Amino acid sequence: MSADLLPEHPDFLWRNPEPKSSYDAVIVGGGGHGLATAYYLAKNHGMTNIVVLEKGWLAGGNMARNTTIIRSNYLWDESAAIYEHALKLWEILPEELEYDFLFSQRGVMNLAHTLGDVRESIRRVGANKLNGVDAEWLEPDQVKELCPILNISDNIRYPVMGATYQPRAGIAKHDHVAWAFARKCDELGVDIIQNCEVTGFLKDGNRVVGVKTNRGTINTEKVGLCAAGHSSVLAEMAGFRLPIQSHPLQALVSELHEPVHPTVVMSNHVHVYVSQAHKGELVMGAGVDSYNGYGQRGSFHVIENQMAAAVELFPIFARAHVLRTWGGIVDTTLDASPIVGTTPVENMFVNCGWGTGGFKGTPAAGLTFAHTIATGAPHKLNKPFALERFETGALIDEHGAAAVAH
Amino acid sequence: MLLISCPNCGSRDETEFHYGGQAHVPYPENPNELNDREWAEFLFYRDNTKGVFAERWLHSTGCRQWFNMLRDTVSYDIQAVYPMGTPRPAAAAAAAESGTASLAADSTTTGSAGPSTSATSIAETSTNASSTTAPEGATK
Ligand SMILES: Cc1cc2nc3c(=O)[nH]c(=O)nc-3n(C[C@H](O)[C@H](O)[C@H](O)COP(=O)(O)OP(=O)(O)OC[C@H]3O[C@@H](n4cnc5c(N)ncnc54)[C@H](O)[C@@H]3O)c2cc1C
Ligand SMILES: [Zn+2]
Repeated sequence: MSADLLPEHPDFLWRNPEPKSSYDAVIVGGGGHGLATAYYLAKNHGMTNIVVLEKGWLAGGNMARNTTIIRSNYLWDESAAIYEHALKLWEILPEELEYDFLFSQRGVMNLAHTLGDVRESIRRVGANKLNGVDAEWLEPDQVKELCPILNISDNIRYPVMGATYQPRAGIAKHDHVAWAFARKCDELGVDIIQNCEVTGFLKDGNRVVGVKTNRGTINTEKVGLCAAGHSSVLAEMAGFRLPIQSHPLQALVSELHEPVHPTVVMSNHVHVYVSQAHKGELVMGAGVDSYNGYGQRGSFHVIENQMAAAVELFPIFARAHVLRTWGGIVDTTLDASPIVGTTPVENMFVNCGWGTGGFKGTPAAGLTFAHTIATGAPHKLNKPFALERFETGALIDEHGAAAVAH
Repeated sequence: MLLISCPNCGSRDETEFHYGGQAHVPYPENPNELNDREWAEFLFYRDNTKGVFAERWLHSTGCRQWFNMLRDTVSYDIQAVYPMGTPRPAAAAAAAESGTASLAADSTTTGSAGPSTSATSIAETSTNASSTTAPEGATK
């Protein structure tokens, strides 16, 4: 862990300019992905006459609401490649962005509770190793050694039968990640405009040439959509459809505790995931609400199930109090993999469908999406994640490794 | 948690139900004539409406029957419950187009006690009935 104290929050990390009448590229959505895209557009492709438009406050969407887990132990080659690339970027970004966002590589365990889980997990460890992703299989006593508060007795409903473990995985302070990117974007000349909602698009034939906003019209040569939960709303405005469904996903935190939980524990089967924030809160998440939803809140029965699972796995949590709960809107696809690439509209590009797990992908999403926007062609890492896969059938079915059921 | 009024059993907690996604998506009439693009549309593309959405629900731990429901995906207000195979009640389509989550005073069936197998009261009050969903009468 690089530091136990949070960095000071500086007063001014970025300017708040008025929108100009035209830019070389407009990025819609000022979450982590939009900011990372703008950063790499400026840094890697020299595009600095660009703007990030955010309808609310900077990174107030899923970026501010996620449980901050970063790992790359996905099953398929395509996913391992892009998430592992992201993890390698996370490892160098604090220095590159000159901002300590408390990236803590404390390891992530994914628990197995059934024989099926065990087989699937061991298969995944093998697949990870073949892809150069650090992965180990842990027996229950090794699980206990790494996280002593876990209940590994075999007389509970879903006993811990082992776990996959990725030592390089961990957590980071999500707000600080956003601020770090925003500050560098600003330094490179990128405009970041908050309270600016995109309400429509200007097209010349099938080519996008501008965006309409609640603060006027902006002409542009290229548009990149990074709007997570609202991607299909924007796509509809632009005249095409996306194979995306938006669902509420919620998380919660306890009050502050002494350090008791040294790693990150996830369980897909009983459905809870837990880490302890730097300050001391227990941070927990669960599954999505089953129905489509754009309200940033989730169902109470999901919390009930998640707490039941948490208390069985971590008996000492029984006395912890929930301090607050909140929800985000995640954009899911049928193969639980993101969509990054071109769209049926010329010069309009989309980055979406990261669903419940896109925080970890932030740097790689930004890097590859910037490449696509700048060159008009896919980066080798995002090529498999093109919209066309729903037509060709080359799906990347990551439900097993997505860790949150959706 | 939603309180859902099953047409057969009355109001029950959401946990008794299973969500079935968008309603009124018909199976292709001539499957052999579909190209890859059209198959993709049928298999993977569904509306993701922000506003009033027609969707299917299964009362899995009750009568085990499917039914359709109009629900606002922003406010989560349930506006109508109606049987499979019947057209989408029209008034809510107008509400969806206005893009707002506001509801007419009489437009919710949430919590209404009695079982009902017909579309609820808002059906006939429409002034703007142009629905954006797939052909009517499509089921399952
Ligand atoms: C409870 C919860 C827990 C999660 N846990 C994890 C985790 O542990 N690990 C992980 O990897 N991922 C996790 N995720 C997923 C992750 O947060 C998302 O996949 C990721 O943040 C999506 O990219 P983003 O950061 O750019 O999205 P967002 O931060 O949502 O950015 C999209 C932005 O677009 C803006 N926008 C929308 N419409 C418009 C418009 N018309 N005009 C202008 N702006 C617009 C929104 O206001 C928003 O700020 C979690 C998500 C949630 C909700
Ligand atoms: Zn019933």
